[in-house]
Amino acid sequence: MFKARRIILAALVSCHGLAAYAAGPRAEVMHWWTSGGESAAVKKFADAYKAAGGVWVDTAIAGSEQARSVAINRIVGGNPPTAAQFNTTKQFLDIIEQGLLNNVDAVALKEGWDKFLPETILNVIRIKGHYYAAPVNIHMPTWIWYSKAAFKKAGIAGEPKSMDELFAALDKLKAAGLISLAHGGQSWQENIVFTAVLANQGGKDLYLKILRDRDPAAINSEAFKKVLLSFKRLQSYVDAGSPGRNWNDATALLITGKAGVQIMGDWAKGEFSQANQAPGKDYGCIAGFGANSPYIIQGDAFVFPKTTNTEAIKAQLLLASVVTQPAIQVEFSNKKGSIPIRTDVDSSKMDLCAQEGLRIMKDKSRQIGNGETFLNPDQNGSLADILTAYWNRNIPVEKVQKDIAAALRN
Amino acid sequence: MRAKLRLLRLLRLLRLLRLLRRKSMPYAALLPMALIVLVGYLGTVLWSLKVSMSSSRTFPAHDFVGLTQYARLFGNERWLQSLENLALYGVLFIVACLVIGFLLAVFIDQKVAGEGVLRTVFLYPYAMSFVATGLVWQWLLNPGNGIQQAVRLWGYADFEFDWIVDQDKVMYTIVIATVWQASGLVMAILLAGLRGIDEEIWKAARIDGIPTWRVYLSIVLPMLGPSVGTAFVLLFTAVVKLFDSVVAMTQGGPGIASEVPAKFIMDHLFGRANIALASAGSIMLLLTVTILVAPFMYARSRAAHRKASQ
Repeated sequence: MFKARRIILAALVSCHGLAAYAAGPRAEVMHWWTSGGESAAVKKFADAYKAAGGVWVDTAIAGSEQARSVAINRIVGGNPPTAAQFNTTKQFLDIIEQGLLNNVDAVALKEGWDKFLPETILNVIRIKGHYYAAPVNIHMPTWIWYSKAAFKKAGIAGEPKSMDELFAALDKLKAAGLISLAHGGQSWQENIVFTAVLANQGGKDLYLKILRDRDPAAINSEAFKKVLLSFKRLQSYVDAGSPGRNWNDATALLITGKAGVQIMGDWAKGEFSQANQAPGKDYGCIAGFGANSPYIIQGDAFVFPKTTNTEAIKAQLLLASVVTQPAIQVEFSNKKGSIPIRTDVDSSKMDLCAQEGLRIMKDKSRQIGNGETFLNPDQNGSLADILTAYWNRNIPVEKVQKDIAAALRN
Repeated sequence: MRAKLRLLRLLRLLRLLRLLRRKSMPYAALLPMALIVLVGYLGTVLWSLKVSMSSSRTFPAHDFVGLTQYARLFGNERWLQSLENLALYGVLFIVACLVIGFLLAVFIDQKVAGEGVLRTVFLYPYAMSFVATGLVWQWLLNPGNGIQQAVRLWGYADFEFDWIVDQDKVMYTIVIATVWQASGLVMAILLAGLRGIDEEIWKAARIDGIPTWRVYLSIVLPMLGPSVGTAFVLLFTAVVKLFDSVVAMTQGGPGIASEVPAKFIMDHLFGRANIALASAGSIMLLLTVTILVAPFMYARSRAAHRKASQ
């Protein structure tokens, strides 16, 4: 009896060992892509990784903050996943400095990441010459979406091409009895609206002076004051139900033609597609005003927790290589609503907005990182607190400038 | 003879050992608990105190920066707003829960028909997770598709109930929703107390011709002291840890109008990767609670002491 059980056990163990050996490097990948479009996207990675001879173990955790804190806990606890998703920002700088991540220099150097990755992404993944993360996509958080039906109803002829034209369009929408600006009143969404105004009205130089250099003179300048006033002016175009609303509920207002404009990242495209709406036909997307408007880059990346296990390292390198390949990049981004991290891809299968994004990306001077690539999570959070308070309350703009200067000093 | 003496000595030793064991038994039984208190509670408090005086971000750092984090904390508008909100919320929530809970208990104590059903109905909100019920409250209170909209559709076009999106009134909506949740619990505790009151007291009051409300107010309520105390302590802890209701209903908004300390601490602990500031916040919260509760506990222990020595 005992003997029989032992034999079965031994057989099982050896089978398992054999299978693992035969199936190649096993990668446990931790991520927070759990919505419909997102899980379809991550499946593309899983399939590609399997096709390259690996075994993909999926550990999906809903909620980005939750997923990141689980990842950090497991890294600190000594039982890390093979790879973990983070945003392509300073979120993982602390773990790098603690020496808790492996680098993927071998892949990065062989495949020439320096040549095709945008500078803003390189700046966060390349620390002291080593590459600590594999970027997987680029999201642009400040697209201006508009409903063609609502625009028609309000008698707006063409796409707005400047901040002034945007305000004029919003006025017309308001006069037509529509919700001018569909906005979800949550602090991160207010942050997005602010970023859009800063990029489009303030321009690239002011943007960098404020968010990258945290320059007190720029924060107290007249130009930045005007940016804040425009930001606050946008608030007068939202409806009463806005506070606390989720971003996708705001997008739904555009889809049903109840609202005219929403400022939101390109993930909003997924909502339009699910409602069978097509870009250019039912809705429009504006990346920015003018030929030089900055294209803001944020996105996701895989980091590779420290391990000395050669099998695990093999898996990490294979994964870093697979997810950055051009063809897989396009497949992933089409499902995710993002654009690829590289411009040397076949864009024919991408939608109108993504093609426009990719076209802008080819002009390196227009690429710019989002706030989180320059600020640490703490500074970024403090900034968000101030902006959301300003959006919702009557605070003198000079005080807001002073508060921002103080928050970014830390 | 000698053997007998040795046996006697052995017996005495055994008896001593047994006595020692009996005396030390309770302490041995308490040891695990004492260890948990020392390490799990006091130890972590000290650890938080240490972290709060460092420059830690994602990971604990072992430097010492004095009271820098505390200075930052009290220069932070959101933290100050959180404290203000908590004070307002605490007073309203505890008073409303105690009053409504007491009235419900008195109502059920009238031996109403269907007592069991009513008791369940009143206690039910407490049995459900607030993450779910908070969402329902959010829908009800949303001016676009909740109560306001419904009443307007009935024909009262000017009806307004948009507190949840109002900077100055949003905290009241959280009070309303959480009172709905917790007053059933207070009812259950006070009802148990009411049932423990001697029937003779009622008879005596009736003979003296005292109105019922007066008996409740002047005789029964003072006798319910311990029950009210228990309810108060439970409500007080619910106030300090107020978090899920805010997250489910308003996420601290509009703006920062309904932020509370626990949410501030959680945000900084994880999302904002600043465990030093989060620890400073929790130490301040602990201090506030201690300052508020200590006199209360002291008075209670004095009263108990006096009673014992009588």
